[in-house]
Amino acid sequence: MTKQNANWSPYDNNGGTCVAIAGADYCVIAADTRMSTGYSILTRDYSKICKLADKCVMASSGFQADVKALQKQLAARHLIYQHQHNKQVSCPAMAQLLSNTLYYKRFFPYYSFNVLGGLDNEGKGCVYTYDAVGSYERVGYSSQGSGSTLVMPFLDNQLKSPSPLLLPAQDAVTPLSESEAVDLVKTCFASATERDIYTGDKLEIVVLNQEGLHREYMELRKD
Amino acid sequence: MKLDTSGLESTAPHLGAICEPFSSFASAPSFDLPVTTDFDGFQKESVQMVKPAKGTTTLAFIFKEGVMVAADSRASMGGYISSQSVKKIIEINPYMLGTMAGGAADCQFWHRNLGIKCRLHELANKRRISVTGASKLLANILYSYRGMGLSVGTMIAGWDETGPGLYYVDSEGGRLKGTRFSVGSGSPYAYGVLDSGYKYDLSVEEAAELARRAIYHATFRDGASGGVASVYHVGPNGWKKLSGDDVGELYYKYNPISTSTVEQEMAESSST
Repeated sequence: MTKQNANWSPYDNNGGTCVAIAGADYCVIAADTRMSTGYSILTRDYSKICKLADKCVMASSGFQADVKALQKQLAARHLIYQHQHNKQVSCPAMAQLLSNTLYYKRFFPYYSFNVLGGLDNEGKGCVYTYDAVGSYERVGYSSQGSGSTLVMPFLDNQLKSPSPLLLPAQDAVTPLSESEAVDLVKTCFASATERDIYTGDKLEIVVLNQEGLHREYMELRKD
Repeated sequence: MKLDTSGLESTAPHLGAICEPFSSFASAPSFDLPVTTDFDGFQKESVQMVKPAKGTTTLAFIFKEGVMVAADSRASMGGYISSQSVKKIIEINPYMLGTMAGGAADCQFWHRNLGIKCRLHELANKRRISVTGASKLLANILYSYRGMGLSVGTMIAGWDETGPGLYYVDSEGGRLKGTRFSVGSGSPYAYGVLDSGYKYDLSVEEAAELARRAIYHATFRDGASGGVASVYHVGPNGWKKLSGDDVGELYYKYNPISTSTVEQEMAESSST
Protein backbone atom coordinates (compact mmCIF):
# COMPACT_ATOMS: atom_id res chain seq x y z
CA MET A 1 0.00 0.00 0.00
CA THR A 2 1.49 3.34 -1.02
CA LYS A 3 2.02 5.96 1.68
CA GLN A 4 -0.97 8.31 1.86
CA ASN A 5 -0.64 11.82 3.15
CA ALA A 6 -3.30 13.32 5.42
CA ASN A 7 -6.18 14.79 3.42
CA TRP A 8 -7.58 16.58 6.42
CA SER A 9 -5.96 19.77 7.66
CA PRO A 10 -6.94 21.34 10.97
CA TYR A 11 -6.54 24.77 9.34
CA ASP A 12 -8.51 26.81 6.80
CA ASN A 13 -8.08 30.38 5.62
CA ASN A 14 -11.18 32.57 5.81
CA GLY A 15 -9.47 35.51 4.14
CA GLY A 16 -10.01 39.19 4.80
CA THR A 17 -7.83 42.21 5.52
CA CYS A 18 -7.20 44.22 8.68
CA VAL A 19 -5.59 47.66 9.03
CA ALA A 20 -4.67 49.81 12.01
CA ILE A 21 -3.23 53.35 12.13
CA ALA A 22 -1.95 55.14 15.25
CA GLY A 23 -2.38 58.88 15.64
CA ALA A 24 -1.26 61.44 18.19
CA ASP A 25 -4.31 60.88 20.43
CA TYR A 26 -6.42 58.35 18.53
CA CYS A 27 -6.20 54.94 16.93
CA VAL A 28 -8.11 53.65 13.89
CA ILE A 29 -8.68 49.89 13.51
CA ALA A 30 -10.52 48.58 10.47
CA ALA A 31 -11.36 45.24 8.84
CA ASP A 32 -13.63 44.04 6.07
CA THR A 33 -16.59 41.80 6.95
CA ARG A 34 -16.30 39.08 4.32
CA MET A 35 -15.71 35.52 5.47
CA SER A 36 -14.77 33.02 2.75
CA THR A 37 -13.60 29.45 2.33
CA GLY A 38 -11.92 28.50 -0.93
CA TYR A 39 -13.83 30.34 -3.65
CA SER A 40 -17.09 30.50 -1.67
CA ILE A 41 -18.35 33.30 0.52
CA LEU A 42 -19.65 32.01 3.87
CA THR A 43 -21.07 35.34 4.99
CA ARG A 44 -20.83 39.04 4.09
CA ASP A 45 -21.38 40.25 7.64
CA TYR A 46 -18.73 38.82 9.98
CA SER A 47 -16.84 41.12 12.32
CA LYS A 48 -13.11 40.50 12.63
CA ILE A 49 -12.70 43.21 15.25
CA CYS A 50 -12.84 42.44 18.96
CA LYS A 51 -12.72 44.89 21.85
CA LEU A 52 -10.38 43.41 24.44
CA ALA A 53 -10.36 46.37 26.88
CA ASP A 54 -11.50 50.00 27.06
CA LYS A 55 -8.32 51.16 25.35
CA CYS A 56 -7.43 48.06 23.38
CA VAL A 57 -8.99 46.61 20.22
CA MET A 58 -7.79 43.66 18.15
CA ALA A 59 -8.45 42.86 14.51
CA SER A 60 -7.51 39.43 13.19
CA SER A 61 -7.58 37.72 9.83
CA GLY A 62 -6.78 34.13 8.96
CA PHE A 63 -8.64 31.12 10.31
CA GLN A 64 -11.65 32.55 12.17
CA ALA A 65 -12.17 29.50 14.39
CA ASP A 66 -8.66 30.00 15.80
CA VAL A 67 -9.34 33.74 16.00
CA LYS A 68 -12.51 33.11 18.03
CA ALA A 69 -10.65 30.75 20.40
CA LEU A 70 -7.86 33.32 20.79
CA GLN A 71 -10.34 36.15 21.52
CA LYS A 72 -12.08 34.01 24.18
CA GLN A 73 -8.73 33.17 25.78
CA LEU A 74 -7.71 36.84 25.93
CA ALA A 75 -11.12 37.98 27.23
CA ALA A 76 -10.91 35.41 30.04
CA ARG A 77 -7.36 36.47 30.97
CA HIS A 78 -8.50 40.10 30.96
CA LEU A 79 -11.32 39.27 33.37
CA ILE A 80 -8.85 37.64 35.76
CA TYR A 81 -6.56 40.68 35.44
CA GLN A 82 -9.47 42.98 36.36
CA HIS A 83 -10.29 40.86 39.40
CA GLN A 84 -6.67 40.82 40.55
CA HIS A 85 -5.68 44.43 39.82
CA ASN A 86 -8.99 46.30 40.00
CA LYS A 87 -8.38 48.11 36.73
CA GLN A 88 -8.51 47.61 32.98
CA VAL A 89 -5.44 46.22 31.30
CA SER A 90 -3.28 48.73 29.41
CA CYS A 91 -2.63 48.29 25.69
CA PRO A 92 1.14 47.56 25.99
CA ALA A 93 0.41 44.92 28.64
CA MET A 94 -2.29 43.29 26.49
CA ALA A 95 0.17 43.35 23.57
CA GLN A 96 2.66 41.28 25.58
CA LEU A 97 -0.12 38.95 26.74
CA LEU A 98 -1.22 38.34 23.16
CA SER A 99 2.38 37.59 22.17
CA ASN A 100 2.78 35.02 24.94
CA THR A 101 -0.64 33.47 24.24
CA LEU A 102 0.34 32.99 20.61
CA TYR A 103 3.77 31.58 21.50
CA TYR A 104 2.40 29.00 23.94
CA LYS A 105 0.84 27.40 20.87
CA ARG A 106 4.19 27.45 19.06
CA PHE A 107 3.96 23.78 18.09
CA PHE A 108 0.27 23.92 17.01
CA PRO A 109 -0.15 27.58 16.08
CA TYR A 110 -3.24 29.75 16.04
CA TYR A 111 -3.62 30.52 12.35
CA SER A 112 -4.39 34.11 13.16
CA PHE A 113 -2.70 37.26 11.83
CA ASN A 114 -3.40 40.05 14.29
CA VAL A 115 -3.11 43.77 14.65
CA LEU A 116 -3.71 45.31 18.05
CA GLY A 117 -4.67 48.96 18.28
CA GLY A 118 -5.30 51.26 21.20
CA LEU A 119 -4.10 54.08 23.40
CA ASP A 120 -0.98 53.70 25.48
CA ASN A 121 -0.57 54.88 29.08
CA GLU A 122 0.04 58.45 27.91
CA GLY A 123 -3.04 58.54 25.69
CA LYS A 124 -1.06 58.35 22.44
CA GLY A 125 -2.19 55.96 19.72
CA CYS A 126 -0.31 52.68 19.47
CA VAL A 127 -0.48 49.80 17.00
CA TYR A 128 1.15 46.41 17.50
CA THR A 129 1.56 43.97 14.65
CA TYR A 130 2.02 40.20 15.04
CA ASP A 131 2.91 37.10 13.12
CA ALA A 132 1.11 33.80 13.72
CA VAL A 133 3.42 32.63 16.52
CA GLY A 134 3.67 35.79 18.57
CA SER A 135 6.58 37.89 17.34
CA TYR A 136 5.46 41.49 17.73
CA GLU A 137 6.51 45.09 17.32
CA ARG A 138 5.04 48.48 18.06
CA VAL A 139 4.56 50.43 14.83
CA GLY A 140 2.78 53.53 13.59
CA TYR A 141 0.53 51.59 11.18
CA SER A 142 0.09 48.06 9.93
CA SER A 143 -2.03 45.74 7.86
CA GLN A 144 -2.48 41.94 7.97
CA GLY A 145 -4.44 39.41 5.95
CA SER A 146 -5.01 38.51 2.32
CA GLY A 147 -4.99 42.13 1.12
CA SER A 148 -2.02 43.24 3.25
CA THR A 149 0.48 43.04 0.36
CA LEU A 150 -1.76 45.51 -1.52
CA VAL A 151 -2.42 47.86 1.41
CA MET A 152 1.03 48.03 3.05
CA PRO A 153 2.92 49.66 0.14
CA PHE A 154 0.18 52.30 -0.07
CA LEU A 155 0.40 53.02 3.66
CA ASP A 156 4.23 53.12 3.42
CA ASN A 157 3.88 55.74 0.70
CA GLN A 158 1.34 57.88 2.59
CA LEU A 159 2.43 57.41 6.17
CA LYS A 160 6.07 56.40 6.04
CA SER A 161 7.31 57.30 9.44
CA PRO A 162 10.91 57.34 10.61
CA SER A 163 11.99 53.96 11.97
CA PRO A 164 11.94 53.70 15.78
CA LEU A 165 15.45 52.25 15.54
CA LEU A 166 17.01 55.47 14.28
CA LEU A 167 19.26 57.37 16.64
CA PRO A 168 18.49 60.16 17.54
CA ALA A 169 14.96 58.83 18.05
CA GLN A 170 12.11 60.26 15.99
CA ASP A 171 8.41 59.98 16.69
CA ALA A 172 6.54 57.24 14.81
CA VAL A 173 2.89 58.34 14.99
CA THR A 174 1.31 59.94 11.98
CA PRO A 175 0.63 63.70 11.95
CA LEU A 176 -2.72 63.09 10.24
CA SER A 177 -5.94 64.12 11.95
CA GLU A 178 -8.52 61.52 12.94
CA SER A 179 -10.85 62.21 10.00
CA GLU A 180 -7.95 62.16 7.53
CA ALA A 181 -6.83 58.79 8.89
CA VAL A 182 -10.37 57.38 8.58
CA ASP A 183 -10.54 58.60 4.95
CA LEU A 184 -7.16 57.01 4.27
CA VAL A 185 -8.40 53.68 5.63
CA LYS A 186 -11.51 53.86 3.43
CA THR A 187 -9.29 54.49 0.41
CA CYS A 188 -7.08 51.49 1.34
CA PHE A 189 -10.00 49.11 1.45
CA ALA A 190 -11.64 50.46 -1.69
CA SER A 191 -8.39 49.69 -3.54
CA ALA A 192 -7.75 46.35 -1.86
CA THR A 193 -11.31 45.23 -2.72
CA GLU A 194 -10.61 45.87 -6.41
CA ARG A 195 -7.70 43.45 -6.57
CA ASP A 196 -8.16 40.92 -3.75
CA ILE A 197 -10.98 38.41 -4.12
CA TYR A 198 -11.15 37.74 -0.39
CA THR A 199 -11.70 41.40 0.57
CA GLY A 200 -15.01 43.21 0.10
CA ASP A 201 -18.70 43.46 1.12
CA LYS A 202 -18.48 45.89 4.01
CA LEU A 203 -15.84 47.77 5.95
CA GLU A 204 -16.03 48.08 9.74
CA ILE A 205 -14.03 50.98 11.22
CA VAL A 206 -13.43 51.42 14.92
CA VAL A 207 -11.91 54.66 16.25
CA LEU A 208 -10.50 54.79 19.78
CA ASN A 209 -9.84 58.15 21.40
CA GLN A 210 -10.21 60.03 24.68
CA GLU A 211 -13.99 60.03 24.39
CA GLY A 212 -14.14 56.28 23.94
CA LEU A 213 -14.96 53.91 21.10
CA HIS A 214 -16.78 54.93 17.92
CA ARG A 215 -17.81 52.45 15.21
CA GLU A 216 -18.81 53.14 11.61
CA TYR A 217 -19.44 51.11 8.47
CA MET A 218 -18.85 51.64 4.77
CA GLU A 219 -20.15 49.54 1.88
CA LEU A 220 -17.57 47.87 -0.35
CA ARG A 221 -17.91 46.04 -3.67
CA LYS A 222 -19.71 42.74 -3.23
CA ASP A 223 -18.26 40.91 -6.23
CA MET B 1 8.43 12.87 25.05
CA LYS B 2 9.07 14.88 28.20
CA LEU B 3 9.55 18.51 27.33
CA ASP B 4 11.74 20.75 29.43
CA THR B 5 9.24 23.32 30.69
CA SER B 6 11.49 24.57 33.51
CA GLY B 7 11.80 27.76 31.52
CA LEU B 8 8.08 28.37 32.00
CA GLU B 9 7.74 27.63 35.69
CA SER B 10 6.30 30.47 37.66
CA THR B 11 7.52 31.18 41.17
CA ALA B 12 4.41 33.23 41.96
CA PRO B 13 2.37 31.90 44.90
CA HIS B 14 -0.45 29.58 43.94
CA LEU B 15 -3.73 31.32 44.64
CA GLY B 16 -5.53 28.35 46.17
CA ALA B 17 -9.21 27.43 46.32
CA ILE B 18 -10.57 30.90 45.51
CA CYS B 19 -9.26 30.72 42.00
CA GLU B 20 -9.99 27.05 41.37
CA PRO B 21 -11.95 27.60 38.16
CA PHE B 22 -8.96 29.53 36.84
CA SER B 23 -6.31 27.07 37.99
CA SER B 24 -5.36 26.29 34.41
CA PHE B 25 -4.41 29.94 33.96
CA ALA B 26 -2.57 30.34 37.27
CA SER B 27 -0.21 27.44 36.67
CA ALA B 28 2.51 27.72 34.06
CA PRO B 29 1.08 27.00 30.64
CA SER B 30 2.78 24.12 28.91
CA PHE B 31 3.10 23.79 25.18
CA ASP B 32 0.11 22.10 23.54
CA LEU B 33 1.21 19.49 21.07
CA PRO B 34 -0.85 18.47 18.05
CA VAL B 35 -2.40 15.01 18.21
CA THR B 36 -0.76 13.44 15.18
CA THR B 37 1.32 10.42 14.32
CA ASP B 38 3.56 12.48 12.06
CA PHE B 39 4.87 15.28 14.29
CA ASP B 40 7.76 16.19 12.00
CA GLY B 41 5.55 16.40 8.92
CA PHE B 42 3.07 18.57 10.78
CA GLN B 43 5.84 20.90 11.97
CA LYS B 44 7.22 21.16 8.43
CA GLU B 45 3.77 22.18 7.16
CA SER B 46 3.08 24.63 9.93
CA VAL B 47 6.51 26.20 9.46
CA GLN B 48 5.45 26.83 5.86
CA MET B 49 2.38 28.63 7.18
CA VAL B 50 4.22 30.58 9.82
CA LYS B 51 7.22 31.33 7.54
CA PRO B 52 9.61 32.59 10.24
CA ALA B 53 11.83 35.45 9.24
CA LYS B 54 15.25 34.04 8.41
CA GLY B 55 16.99 36.66 6.33
CA THR B 56 19.17 38.79 8.51
CA THR B 57 22.64 40.06 9.27
CA THR B 58 23.91 40.29 12.83
CA LEU B 59 27.45 40.49 14.10
CA ALA B 60 29.39 40.93 17.31
CA PHE B 61 33.06 41.11 18.21
CA ILE B 62 35.24 41.58 21.27
CA PHE B 63 37.93 44.23 21.24
CA LYS B 64 40.01 46.21 23.72
CA GLU B 65 37.12 48.43 24.90
CA GLY B 66 34.47 45.68 25.23
CA VAL B 67 31.99 44.12 22.82
CA MET B 68 30.55 45.73 19.70
CA VAL B 69 27.16 44.36 18.56
CA ALA B 70 25.39 45.32 15.32
CA ALA B 71 22.40 44.16 13.28
CA ASP B 72 20.10 45.13 10.41
CA SER B 73 16.31 45.42 10.89
CA ARG B 74 14.59 43.64 8.03
CA ALA B 75 12.13 40.78 8.52
CA SER B 76 11.10 38.81 5.44
CA MET B 77 8.36 36.20 4.93
CA GLY B 78 9.41 34.41 1.78
CA GLY B 79 9.88 37.23 -0.71
CA TYR B 80 7.73 39.75 1.11
CA ILE B 81 9.31 42.26 3.48
CA SER B 82 7.10 42.06 6.53
CA SER B 83 8.96 44.76 8.44
CA GLN B 84 11.87 47.18 8.06
CA SER B 85 12.01 48.09 11.74
CA VAL B 86 12.49 44.89 13.69
CA LYS B 87 14.55 45.14 16.87
CA LYS B 88 17.14 42.43 16.34
CA ILE B 89 19.33 43.45 19.25
CA ILE B 90 17.44 42.45 22.36
CA GLU B 91 18.23 44.06 25.69
CA ILE B 92 18.25 41.12 28.10
CA ASN B 93 19.32 43.31 31.02
CA PRO B 94 21.37 46.52 31.38
CA TYR B 95 24.70 44.74 30.84
CA MET B 96 23.78 41.93 28.43
CA LEU B 97 22.54 41.91 24.85
CA GLY B 98 21.21 39.15 22.63
CA THR B 99 20.96 39.19 18.84
CA MET B 100 18.09 37.78 16.84
CA ALA B 101 18.41 35.58 13.76
CA GLY B 102 16.02 32.88 12.60
CA GLY B 103 12.44 32.80 13.85
CA ALA B 104 11.50 36.20 15.24
CA ALA B 105 8.96 34.86 17.72
CA ASP B 106 11.35 32.15 18.93
CA CYS B 107 14.13 34.67 19.55
CA GLN B 108 11.87 37.25 21.21
CA PHE B 109 10.21 34.73 23.52
CA TRP B 110 13.34 32.86 24.62
CA HIS B 111 15.42 36.01 25.10
CA ARG B 112 12.69 37.45 27.31
CA ASN B 113 12.60 34.14 29.19
CA LEU B 114 16.39 34.31 29.56
CA GLY B 115 16.09 37.83 30.97
CA ILE B 116 13.63 36.57 33.57
CA LYS B 117 15.93 33.69 34.57
CA CYS B 118 18.92 36.05 34.80
CA ARG B 119 16.98 38.35 37.12
CA LEU B 120 15.89 35.41 39.27
CA HIS B 121 19.55 34.35 39.47
CA GLU B 122 20.49 37.84 40.68
CA LEU B 123 17.80 37.78 43.35
CA ALA B 124 18.67 34.26 44.49
CA ASN B 125 22.46 34.70 44.50
CA LYS B 126 22.87 38.43 45.24
CA ARG B 127 25.17 38.83 42.25
CA ARG B 128 24.84 39.23 38.52
CA ILE B 129 24.89 36.17 36.32
CA SER B 130 27.97 35.67 34.13
CA VAL B 131 27.75 35.67 30.33
CA THR B 132 28.92 32.04 30.45
CA GLY B 133 26.04 31.17 32.76
CA ALA B 134 23.41 33.05 30.81
CA SER B 135 24.45 31.52 27.50
CA LYS B 136 24.47 28.05 29.09
CA LEU B 137 20.91 28.58 30.41
CA LEU B 138 19.69 29.48 26.94
CA ALA B 139 21.64 26.69 25.23
CA ASN B 140 20.21 24.05 27.58
CA ILE B 141 16.65 25.19 26.93
CA LEU B 142 17.17 25.21 23.16
CA TYR B 143 18.82 21.77 23.31
CA SER B 144 15.78 20.34 25.07
CA TYR B 145 13.60 21.52 22.17
CA ARG B 146 16.04 20.21 19.58
CA GLY B 147 14.31 18.67 16.57
CA MET B 148 10.99 20.41 17.24
CA GLY B 149 11.45 23.14 14.69
CA LEU B 150 12.66 26.12 16.72
CA SER B 151 14.87 28.42 14.68
CA VAL B 152 17.24 30.51 16.79
CA GLY B 153 20.73 31.74 15.88
CA THR B 154 21.75 34.16 18.56
CA MET B 155 24.80 35.75 20.12
CA ILE B 156 24.88 36.58 23.82
CA ALA B 157 27.19 39.52 24.47
CA GLY B 158 27.89 41.02 27.87
CA TRP B 159 30.35 42.30 30.41
CA ASP B 160 30.79 40.39 33.66
CA GLU B 161 33.49 40.01 36.36
CA THR B 162 35.85 38.28 33.95
CA GLY B 163 35.53 41.11 31.40
CA PRO B 164 33.79 41.11 28.02
CA GLY B 165 32.06 37.86 27.00
CA LEU B 166 30.62 36.66 23.69
CA TYR B 167 28.89 33.36 22.98
CA TYR B 168 27.10 32.01 19.91
CA VAL B 169 24.05 29.84 20.74
CA ASP B 170 21.73 28.15 18.25
CA SER B 171 18.61 26.01 18.15
CA GLU B 172 20.55 22.90 17.12
CA GLY B 173 21.99 23.02 20.64
CA GLY B 174 25.35 24.52 19.65
CA ARG B 175 27.16 26.90 21.97
CA LEU B 176 30.51 28.45 21.06
CA LYS B 177 32.70 30.91 22.89
CA GLY B 178 34.47 33.30 20.57
CA THR B 179 35.75 36.77 19.80
CA ARG B 180 34.15 37.40 16.39
CA PHE B 181 30.80 36.13 15.08
CA SER B 182 28.33 36.98 12.34
CA VAL B 183 25.00 35.21 11.95
CA GLY B 184 22.38 35.24 9.21
CA SER B 185 21.99 35.18 5.44
CA GLY B 186 24.15 38.29 5.11
CA SER B 187 26.92 36.95 7.35
CA PRO B 188 29.37 35.98 4.55
CA TYR B 189 29.41 39.59 3.37
CA ALA B 190 29.70 40.93 6.89
CA TYR B 191 32.59 38.54 7.69
CA GLY B 192 34.50 39.80 4.65
CA VAL B 193 34.41 43.38 5.84
CA LEU B 194 34.75 42.55 9.53
CA ASP B 195 37.70 40.17 9.22
CA SER B 196 39.68 42.46 6.95
CA GLY B 197 39.23 45.51 9.19
CA TYR B 198 39.49 43.92 12.62
CA LYS B 199 42.23 44.78 15.10
CA TYR B 200 42.06 44.19 18.84
CA ASP B 201 43.26 47.75 19.56
CA LEU B 202 40.42 49.62 17.88
CA SER B 203 38.91 52.60 19.63
CA VAL B 204 35.16 52.66 20.31
CA GLU B 205 34.46 54.96 17.32
CA GLU B 206 36.62 52.90 14.95
CA ALA B 207 35.02 49.65 16.07
CA ALA B 208 31.54 51.16 15.67
CA GLU B 209 32.37 52.31 12.16
CA LEU B 210 33.73 48.85 11.29
CA ALA B 211 30.55 47.21 12.59
CA ARG B 212 28.35 49.72 10.75
CA ARG B 213 30.21 49.21 7.48
CA ALA B 214 30.02 45.43 7.78
CA ILE B 215 26.23 45.57 8.23
CA TYR B 216 25.91 48.13 5.42
CA HIS B 217 27.84 45.94 2.96
CA ALA B 218 25.77 42.90 3.92
CA THR B 219 22.51 44.81 3.34
CA PHE B 220 23.87 46.01 0.00
CA ARG B 221 24.43 42.51 -1.34
CA ASP B 222 21.90 40.39 0.59
CA GLY B 223 18.27 40.90 -0.40
CA ALA B 224 17.00 39.57 2.88
CA SER B 225 18.86 42.20 4.94
CA GLY B 226 18.12 45.90 5.09
CA GLY B 227 16.37 48.66 7.00
CA VAL B 228 18.29 50.33 9.80
CA ALA B 229 21.82 49.36 10.88
CA SER B 230 21.91 49.51 14.69
CA VAL B 231 25.21 49.50 16.57
CA TYR B 232 25.54 48.86 20.31
CA HIS B 233 28.60 48.89 22.56
CA VAL B 234 28.86 46.81 25.74
CA GLY B 235 31.31 48.26 28.21
CA PRO B 236 32.08 47.82 31.91
CA ASN B 237 29.04 49.94 32.81
CA GLY B 238 26.63 48.07 30.57
CA TRP B 239 25.42 48.53 27.02
CA LYS B 240 24.83 51.76 25.15
CA LYS B 241 23.23 52.25 21.74
CA LEU B 242 25.73 54.15 19.61
CA SER B 243 23.87 54.62 16.33
CA GLY B 244 20.89 53.68 14.20
CA ASP B 245 21.30 54.64 10.53
CA ASP B 246 19.05 53.93 7.57
CA VAL B 247 21.19 51.88 5.16
CA GLY B 248 19.73 53.72 2.18
CA GLU B 249 21.18 56.93 3.57
CA LEU B 250 24.45 55.22 4.49
CA TYR B 251 24.89 54.40 0.79
CA TYR B 252 25.01 58.09 -0.10
CA LYS B 253 27.27 58.81 2.85
CA TYR B 254 29.80 56.20 1.66
CA ASN B 255 29.30 56.97 -2.05
CA PRO B 256 28.70 60.71 -2.30
CA ILE B 257 27.39 62.00 -5.62
CA SER B 258 29.99 64.30 -7.13
CA THR B 259 28.53 67.21 -9.10
CA SER B 260 30.50 68.23 -12.15
CA THR B 261 30.43 71.67 -13.73
CA VAL B 262 28.60 72.23 -17.03
CA GLU B 263 31.88 73.08 -18.81
CA GLN B 264 33.39 69.79 -17.75
CA GLU B 265 30.40 67.85 -19.10
CA MET B 266 30.52 69.69 -22.44
CA ALA B 267 34.24 69.03 -22.76
CA GLU B 268 33.69 65.31 -22.02
CA SER B 269 30.83 64.94 -24.53
CA SER B 270 32.72 66.73 -27.34
CA SER B 271 35.82 64.57 -26.90
CA THR B 272 33.86 61.23 -27.15
